[in-house]
Amino acid sequence: MSTAIKWYWFASPQTFYPLARWIALACAVGAALLAAAGLYVGFFVAPTDAQQGDAYRIIFIHVAAAWMSMFLYVVMAFWASIGLAFNTRLSAMMASAIAPTGAMFTFVALWTGALWGRPTWGAYWVWDARLTSELILLFLYLGFMALQAAIDDRRRADRAGALLAIVGVVNVPIIYYSVQWWNTLHQGASVSLTRAPSMAAAMLAGMILMALAFWLYSIAAVLVRVRCIIRERE
Amino acid sequence: MNWGSWAEFWAMGGYGFYVWGAYGVTAAAIAAEVWALARRARRSHEAAS
Repeated sequence: MSTAIKWYWFASPQTFYPLARWIALACAVGAALLAAAGLYVGFFVAPTDAQQGDAYRIIFIHVAAAWMSMFLYVVMAFWASIGLAFNTRLSAMMASAIAPTGAMFTFVALWTGALWGRPTWGAYWVWDARLTSELILLFLYLGFMALQAAIDDRRRADRAGALLAIVGVVNVPIIYYSVQWWNTLHQGASVSLTRAPSMAAAMLAGMILMALAFWLYSIAAVLVRVRCIIRERE
Repeated sequence: MNWGSWAEFWAMGGYGFYVWGAYGVTAAAIAAEVWALARRARRSHEAAS
């Protein structure tokens, strides 16, 4: 019973506001430390790849950014649907706060992918299932932001955005499984929960460190932004 | 250690353009978001007070 009360307590923007500041600060410091460690491992510990040479070092930011782009969309759609179902103010604010960071990581995933594709595939861009569905993800984020910005009434903007976010969530499994469902140029997953990773330990460590750094960065950025939204709205 | 000198490090085995183009733009994108957030935080603080 007491935990239920606590959840409602933190669901109020007024009580969440000061808490968010300290979580954001701790996450920002953690992100900087993990990124430094990840870059060190990625450039100085992980060996040159036998097939791709040093071009493969793009993996450390590419995979981490691509994971974040999909994960943040699911979290955004989750908060949007909670806001839609229960009409809780903070949930809708969380969804709005996640979108710009999600869009940024989607752009980074596409950009680093293009610069990795040129030396390894011979093309910056191909209309392949993985790349196309990731591009659609960027348009979903941008569409969500544009839709919310275009509607003056906050509650209507939250509802319209939530609907778009929820409908768009079908795209996330399409991105994830695109490499299995379609014949694609993009390689399959090198890391999965069900089998051993198909890469050297140092490469995997660099990738995990960068993924954790991006994760903490996202928490910090989203919390700082949700604090701005609380100040602007309340 | 992978690199004999700084020149080798920046050359990235001939893939310097791609590797640094990827890392540079990623750093710029994160910096742009941090800058935009700081600006928004400052403005909303001023408006709230």
